[in-house]
Amino acid sequence: MSIIVDNVSKSFGSFQALKDIHLEVKPNTLVALLGPSGSGKSTLLRTIAGLENPDQGRIVINGKDTTGVDIRKRNIGFVFQHYALFKHLTIRENIAFGLRIRKSSEAHIKERVTELLNLIQLEGLGNRYPSQLSGGQRQRVALARALAVQPEVLLLDEPFGALDAKVRKELRAWLRRLHDDVHITSVFVTHDQEEAMEVADEIVVMSNGKIEQIGSPAEIYDNPASPFVIKFIGEVNILPSHAPLFTNNNHFGEEIFVRPHELDILLEDDGNSSRAVVKRIIHLGWEIQAELAVDSWELTAHLTREKFDRLQLRHNQTVYIKPSRVKSFREDSVAV
Amino acid sequence: MQKIKSVETWLIIVALAYLALILIIPAISVFYEAFHKGVQPFFEAIQTREFTVAVELTVIIALIAVPLNTVFGLCAAWVIARNNFKGKTFLVSLIDLPFSISPVVAGLMIVLLYGRNGWFGPFLESIDAKIVFALPGMTLATIFVTFPFVAREVIPVLEEVGTEQEEAARTLGASDWQIFWRVTLPSIRWGLLYGVLLTNARAMGEFGAVAVVSGSIIGQTATLPIFVELAYKNYQTEAAFSAAVVLGLLGALTLIFKEILERKTKIKEV
Amino acid sequence: MVNIPYEPPMEVNTNQISKFISKISIPWTITIGYLTIILLVPMAALILKSSTLGFGKFWEIATSDVAISAYQVTFITAIFAGLINGLMGTLLAWVLVRYDFPGRKIFDAMIDIPFALPTAVAGLVLATVYSPTGWIGQFFTPFGIKIAFSQLGVFVAMLFISLPFVVRTLQPVLQEMERETEEASWALGATDWQTFRLVILPPLIPPILTGVALGFSRAVGEYGSIVVIASNIPFQDLIAPVLVFQRLEEYDYVGATVIGAVLLLISLVLLLVINFLQKWGSNYAEN
Repeated sequence: MSIIVDNVSKSFGSFQALKDIHLEVKPNTLVALLGPSGSGKSTLLRTIAGLENPDQGRIVINGKDTTGVDIRKRNIGFVFQHYALFKHLTIRENIAFGLRIRKSSEAHIKERVTELLNLIQLEGLGNRYPSQLSGGQRQRVALARALAVQPEVLLLDEPFGALDAKVRKELRAWLRRLHDDVHITSVFVTHDQEEAMEVADEIVVMSNGKIEQIGSPAEIYDNPASPFVIKFIGEVNILPSHAPLFTNNNHFGEEIFVRPHELDILLEDDGNSSRAVVKRIIHLGWEIQAELAVDSWELTAHLTREKFDRLQLRHNQTVYIKPSRVKSFREDSVAV
Repeated sequence: MQKIKSVETWLIIVALAYLALILIIPAISVFYEAFHKGVQPFFEAIQTREFTVAVELTVIIALIAVPLNTVFGLCAAWVIARNNFKGKTFLVSLIDLPFSISPVVAGLMIVLLYGRNGWFGPFLESIDAKIVFALPGMTLATIFVTFPFVAREVIPVLEEVGTEQEEAARTLGASDWQIFWRVTLPSIRWGLLYGVLLTNARAMGEFGAVAVVSGSIIGQTATLPIFVELAYKNYQTEAAFSAAVVLGLLGALTLIFKEILERKTKIKEV
Repeated sequence: MVNIPYEPPMEVNTNQISKFISKISIPWTITIGYLTIILLVPMAALILKSSTLGFGKFWEIATSDVAISAYQVTFITAIFAGLINGLMGTLLAWVLVRYDFPGRKIFDAMIDIPFALPTAVAGLVLATVYSPTGWIGQFFTPFGIKIAFSQLGVFVAMLFISLPFVVRTLQPVLQEMERETEEASWALGATDWQTFRLVILPPLIPPILTGVALGFSRAVGEYGSIVVIASNIPFQDLIAPVLVFQRLEEYDYVGATVIGAVLLLISLVLLLVINFLQKWGSNYAEN
């Protein structure tokens, strides 16, 4: 089941939340909408769901134009950030809700609910109330409730946003595995790049109501399409283009970007490097972060433990740095 | 979309119509009835001796009952919010009890206790003290029906503020008295004021409980609310509405202050 | 009651302990002492006085014709007022929380009028507005419906004084209710009516019932507004609290005591019901 968002725009009063969005979600993939808050990712998701109506453009689900069609008739599974479980109903009844609305037979409901309870690994807790479950358990129930009616697409709004770090990590690995089993076309919203990288087949990076880039996690990281994407995904050193470093490179625009792990540290000048002073050494466990000063600019480099031991860096030591890759963007945001 | 909007409009209309019929129109009519013949009858009415006595009595009773209930309310709130003990829920229900008891029954209790045939009747007669059909009894009745307010409003505030600030003050060497005045009281002041406001409104407006113990003699033991009833039953409609408008203004002021305090404290309670 | 539960902190010398006790005991003493003088002794007076009558006599007075009719008028009217306010109060709370319209804040503040307006004044204005020639009463006169000075008047007064309870108990619950659960219900295919019946209404039942019970309890005990708007004729529109008052005026202390004791008993039972409803309502709440 594919989803096509065709030139959709949406405003709330004078605030334009979505600006001419075009997006195609391929069948059976898991896509992440990634962006900072206010970037329009949640609005886009709610528009796909039919909780918001677009001012212009179309939403096509599985070849059918669903623009203006009520959410009730779209056969969509929606999972909310704060679970939105029905507090007065037990877990079983929460999962059964959509089936009851569809007037399924009792036998079928019972069978399906049991099946889903197994899927979310909460077999014994069917008769509890939502308030008796932990956050992670509640979110799994919310997912089961959405899946119970066998929706054509599954939409998740910051599904792990309200959970603590550890549960989050577990749940997203679980969601990935679940998707590999169920293969339902899914779109989820997140502001956490690591989450998007880990779970999604494809990432849609959004900012200010526009799509900045669409691509696989590797593409997004290795070939960011705009200064926004390179700044938002992963760590990066930003220098003004007039900085007297790496002058032998061609670059465009006002800023140049260097990833910390793509900044090499040498003990001797090889004629192609710049002089720097080690200001601070931070042990991050599996890697070392070195903060360096070049004239008045500060840069961060990441190096492996092995390399660090070989170089034996010390505070205030003079070293030479050489980027293995430099990124810059033309004014029209085309990457070079 | 259009259909939903019209349902919404109809619900609003029905709800507000009911509100108007039951509350708003009657409330507005106080001011209309009092002033529709101009302000002259009103000023004449409020200058009568009976009226002045009623106002004085109402104010005196409130001046005694409100401070006493404030002190009690603060103590009770402290006991409940700052201590854990068996029977705490019971104590809370006990404090709330006057809200469930009919004011007439409250007045009756006081008559049974301090009246001529009451428990303390003979003793009071022997020392020539009069409680029932006099100011002390009316004050007691007022205290009875109004004592829960302060405790009720202060308990949640006190619980929310927590003990950290008080402990901090203690580590800085403040005495209990200093802690109360400089730390606890400032942090609960809006909740306390809210409770005092409600106490005062009810104390000045209480009718049933006070009527039972007052003997309702106009010009002697009639408070403003009793004056309203007596004047009305004696077909002195103008006098009744003049007193009613004074109480109505008190009610309006109470509502306004209540709204202000609710914005400050974000509490909204029955 | 007067026993103060107190556990001395460890490793404290006696001087500190006595200091601690002296500190703790002032609020405790005032609380317990005040409650005893103001509440407990008077209640004891009423209960003991009625118990000295003996059961036979008590029962005879408590179930006399005029008393039974007064209970009937009181309870039947209060039940109807409770039902109407349960319905209209829910609607008002819903409209005030969910919809935006001009003057919403002012209408919201006006809900508290019955708490702020003394009951005698309420009775006076209701009697005037609902009298046969009054602002509202005149529209009922052509149909031969008399509101003030009849049981209908009692009903209107009870509607007035018990209206805020349902609205004010329901409002916070409605405010805390997440809009997302409704969207979740729609996403699962439920219609507006199904969403209301299956998702919105069930958590609201306990607060609605609590509000109705609070209002009912208030209506059953109400004296001030009703004595003014009713004609207080036995077997017609005489309510139980007014009957207590009339008995006292006739110096029939025994009669007043018995009916007063019955009212007290009823209010205690209602208190238990309300406590139960509040517990029930808090079951759904998150901890």
